[in-house]
This record gives sequence, structure tokens and C-alpha cells, in this order.
Amino acid sequence: MKQQRLWLLFIVAIFGVAFAPLPLGTAVPTSRTVRLEASSFEFSPAVVAVNPGDQVTIELAATDVMHGLYLDGYDLEITAEPGQTAVLTFTADKTGTFRFRCSVTCGALHPFMIGKLKVGPNLLLWRSVALSLLAVLFFISREPLFVNREPLSVVRKPNAEYEIRNTEHGIRNTEHP
Amino acid sequence: MKRSDLTRIPVVKALLVNRWPQFILRIVALAGFVVAILAGLLGTPVGSRNLSIVFVWIAWWALLILAAVPLFGRGWCTVCPIPMAGEWLQNGALLGPRKRETGDQRSETSSNLQSLVSSLRLRPWPKRFRNIWLQNGGFLLLALFSAVVLTQPMVTAVILAAFLFLAVGAALIFERRAFCRYLCPVGGFIGLYSQVAPLEVRVRDTAVCAAHTDKTCYTGNENGYGCPWGVFPGGLIKNTYCGACLECLRTCPHDNIAIQIRPVGADLTVARGRKLDEAFKAFIMLGSAVVYSAVMLGPWGWLKTTAYSVGSLAWLGYALAFLLLILGALPGLFYLATWAGTAQRGNRRALRQRFTANAYALVPLGLMAWIAFSLSFVFANISYLWPVMSDPFGWGWDLFGTAALNWTPYLSRVVPALQTLVLVGGLAWAAGTARKIAAEKRGGTAVPVIIYCFFITVGLLWLLIG
Repeated sequence: MKQQRLWLLFIVAIFGVAFAPLPLGTAVPTSRTVRLEASSFEFSPAVVAVNPGDQVTIELAATDVMHGLYLDGYDLEITAEPGQTAVLTFTADKTGTFRFRCSVTCGALHPFMIGKLKVGPNLLLWRSVALSLLAVLFFISREPLFVNREPLSVVRKPNAEYEIRNTEHGIRNTEHP
Repeated sequence: MKRSDLTRIPVVKALLVNRWPQFILRIVALAGFVVAILAGLLGTPVGSRNLSIVFVWIAWWALLILAAVPLFGRGWCTVCPIPMAGEWLQNGALLGPRKRETGDQRSETSSNLQSLVSSLRLRPWPKRFRNIWLQNGGFLLLALFSAVVLTQPMVTAVILAAFLFLAVGAALIFERRAFCRYLCPVGGFIGLYSQVAPLEVRVRDTAVCAAHTDKTCYTGNENGYGCPWGVFPGGLIKNTYCGACLECLRTCPHDNIAIQIRPVGADLTVARGRKLDEAFKAFIMLGSAVVYSAVMLGPWGWLKTTAYSVGSLAWLGYALAFLLLILGALPGLFYLATWAGTAQRGNRRALRQRFTANAYALVPLGLMAWIAFSLSFVFANISYLWPVMSDPFGWGWDLFGTAALNWTPYLSRVVPALQTLVLVGGLAWAAGTARKIAAEKRGGTAVPVIIYCFFITVGLLWLLIG
């Protein structure tokens, strides 16, 4: 019965952590313009943070060869010729952290040319960490917190046999006549 | 969960015993392998337009880490083309074993190839290297150069060709599949992670094996070769070194070999046969997943450039940090966790045994880390496959009309949630495994190891979805 309650508690906690609505902050939406310089094989700045609801304008400037920008989650894309600037405007209506990646083959490390757009708090990350903590607590709750390091003891049994416990070479139940 | 023997199903057994299905799959894989080498050597140097990079490091890798290893364990080794040429030379036959010939017949039918094969004096693999340390070293070496290997078609081709030559060379000098068992860097981690697979090759009754004096599963007979991996199936307790080549299924005269569906991760809690080289493989794989996530999927351009600038001072610093993390910091902290959780702190031998045993809890964590990393990498880049299939060399061909298809990342809204599930699931799996391992010895606790796994998971979550 106690086990069942524990299970129930953890299942409720998991659903709570995974789906409970959380505040997204109180920042007033505004217009933001971000100039992103794309060069082999990085965006600068590599991490862009905006507030939920912001009107975001990204000015993508390719400084060496042609680069592109594909924004995960929003599925938006622009490309910029070398020395030119391309502009993308959108409303940051999805919260979380989204990768943006170069969408034009620009060299050897092109598939790894990645940046991040942070829109408000990264609730997925915090929920994931909380879920991990829950998982850990679940297993730790069923485990002794500290090692049992009782000193070596010899217990005399009524029938004159001896039982050795907690030796330095492992805990054994060897009986000696 | 009870084990379910697939070889009890006649159609399945017939398909597995028959050499042709496996042979056809291996020939297809060999053709792909050769084309990948040719594309790397002769095709465009642009990785995302060259079949060698896209086919090997995106398509094959996705198949391997997202499906083959977690579901079939050594399933890839069953159809791997790399040892084929060496085996053909070693066995003097393409498909089944050669018919045993009389002296007269031999003199009539001997070809030059057969006489060459007969003249080979194959040696057993040196005793001191009968472990996976060489595979560990090989993987580390590849991982150090990964930014170049994964992006330069020529380098990929040279490495694939080197695998082929090494496999042939090993087959001409040493008995059985020495390359697969002791040298292949990929086989090393497949073996480690095959322990979690829900599939296993085992004997039905060990007493039958004990009474069978010929041990044809090991020595071979007219139906098949002796175990190419040098494993006696009667003694199999883990998947790690069973290459799932199916030869024992063919050679056992007592129908005593079973291919079973079993609970996932069944090998991890088998106390026998745990070794330090395998423990370090777990650290190497876990650490590599962390480093790859930072270098390849992180926003730090300087880190990518450093990892790519092989030979530069900056790269030397990167290599040193990489090795220190994987061979120093990760095992060192884990040793501390083991020390904190064991009742036998004063006994160094016992502590080392606990360290090795506990490291098996990192196997599910590492596999899930690789899956989480690959989900992001593969779904973002798999669409490069469609144009490359039509134009494998980047020469302007359009074989299937897909050459002009644009790059499109798939499932970009879903992948972070999938990664969360995979990583948190991996942590729970690792924690459960750590508890079972800790319970093998009384007086200890798995708590420090579980906390260690928690911090690794949080680090990976931050790198991949943070």
C-alpha cells in the first residue's frame, strides 16, 4: 500500500512538473532589431535573447561567403549574399530556446554553424531538470543514503558458531564452527 | 519478463540459417561502402554534397545509433561488409565453408588462391591485447579528429579504406575476425551498448554444450565456420563479444542455439565478466557524447574552429582538454562517487572492482546521450541525403530526380522534447541499473553514482536543449 502511494505520488509529480502552467514573465512586448554577423562558421552574437511577444527584426550580414539562417521551431529562413544584409521580421510568439543554423552550404563545418534564440525562460530545460531530479529522488528514496560501515564484529551464537559481519573484504555471512 | 526464442519460429530460423539473406545484405553494404570510398576520393570536397559524408556520418550513423544498436545490439556486425574480403581469403570461399576434399581431389582442384589460403599460418591474437584497450585508443584517436573526419570526404574515404585494409591484413595474420574483435573502433562501442539490446544469442542448455565433445560451434563443420569472434557460445553470458554472425546457429548439430528476445539491459546486471577496459569504454563514449554536443551542436564558433584546426597549438590544447576530461575528470569523479558509496573504502582491490562494476550503470546513460545528440544532428541534416543519392560524387548528376531538393531540417519543433525524454529516461535507467549493481554487495549505496549521473544528464540537457 505504501509502495502504491509512493508510485502515485511520483506519477502526479511527474505530470505536475511536465505540464503545470508556469509564469512567463511580465516584460512588455517591444520591437527589437538584432544585427547578426555570419562568418565561417559562427554567428555573432551566437546567442540572442528576446521577450515573448517581441517584434524581432534580424539583420543577417554575411561577412565572407554566402550564408543563410534557418530558425528551428519557427521554420523561418533567410539568406544573405557576401557583404549584403538580409532582413527577417517576425513575432516571437513561441517561448523557449530555438537553434538557428546556416542554411547555405558555406564550408566544411557548415552543418555545425549554429546559434541560439532565447524567447523568455527556457521552460523545457527547467522542466527537464526537474524531471531528472524527480527521477533521482525516486531512486534515492529506495536506497540507503549512507554506507553501512559497522566495525568488524564477531557475534557468538547460542550454538557456539560464529558469524562474521562487515569485514573489510565485503560483508559475509560465513559461519565457522 | 520471460525470454522468447525466435528460432522456434521455423520461418525465422530458416531465414537465419540460410546464408543467402545475410550474404545479400552484406554485398549491398559492401557496394555502399566501396561507393562511399570512391565518392570520398573522387567526388566533391564539399561534405554536404558528397555521398561519403552524408551516407556514412548521417544516414548510416542514424541507422546504427537510433535503431540497430538499441534494438539489435550487434545487428550491424551481422551485415558489416568490412571483414568480408579478409574472411573470403581466410576461408578460401565466398559463401559456405569449402567442401572437405580428399588428397586426390585437392591436387586436381586446388587453385592458386586456395594454395595461398592453405599456406597461411594464422596465429592467435596476442594474449596481452585480448581486451578492448586498442579499440578504446582507436575510438579516442578518431574522436580527436572528428571535426575533420565528419566533414572532409577525402579523410572519411581514407579511414574507411584503412578499416578495409586493416581487416584484410588482420585476417591474413591472425585467426578469425581479429579486426572486429580487437581493433574496430566502431565494434568496440557497439559491443558495449549491445548489452542493453533486447536480443541475444545464447545456448538453450549448457549441459548439451558440455557433453558435445566436437564443439563444432567453435571449430566449425560442413555447415559453417567456427565462431569468427573466437567465442564459445556455451559460455556466453553477455552480448559484448558475440558478433551475431549466426555461424553457431548453422554449425550446432543439437539445435541448441537460440536467438532470444529478452528484457532490455539484461547484461548490465550480470556480475561476471566485468572489466576495466569496458568500464573505460563507457567513460570514453559518455565523454565523447558530451564533447560532441558542445563542439558540434553548441553556439561556440571558436570551439568548432579549434577542433577543426588539427595540428595547431589551439587544437593541441583542445586535444589535451578532451583527453583530460574523458580519461581524467570523468573517471576520477566517478571513482570518488564509488568511494563514497562503498563499504570497503580501505580495500583498493575491492574499490577498483566496485568502480568497474558501477561503470556499467553509465552504459544506458551513454547510449541515451548518443541518441539525444544524434536526434538533433540527424534530423537537422538527413535531407542532405536526397540530393546526394542522385548525385553521389557532386558531379552534377541527377540519377533519381532529387538532386535539386533543398536542405530542410525535419521535426525541429519535436526534437528538443524527444531529447528530453531520451535523456531523462536514460538517467532513470542508469539510476535503476546503479541500484541493482550496488545491491550485489551489502553495505554500499548507489546514491553517489546516481548523483553523478544526474549532473552528467543536466550538463547534456543544458548543451542540447538549453
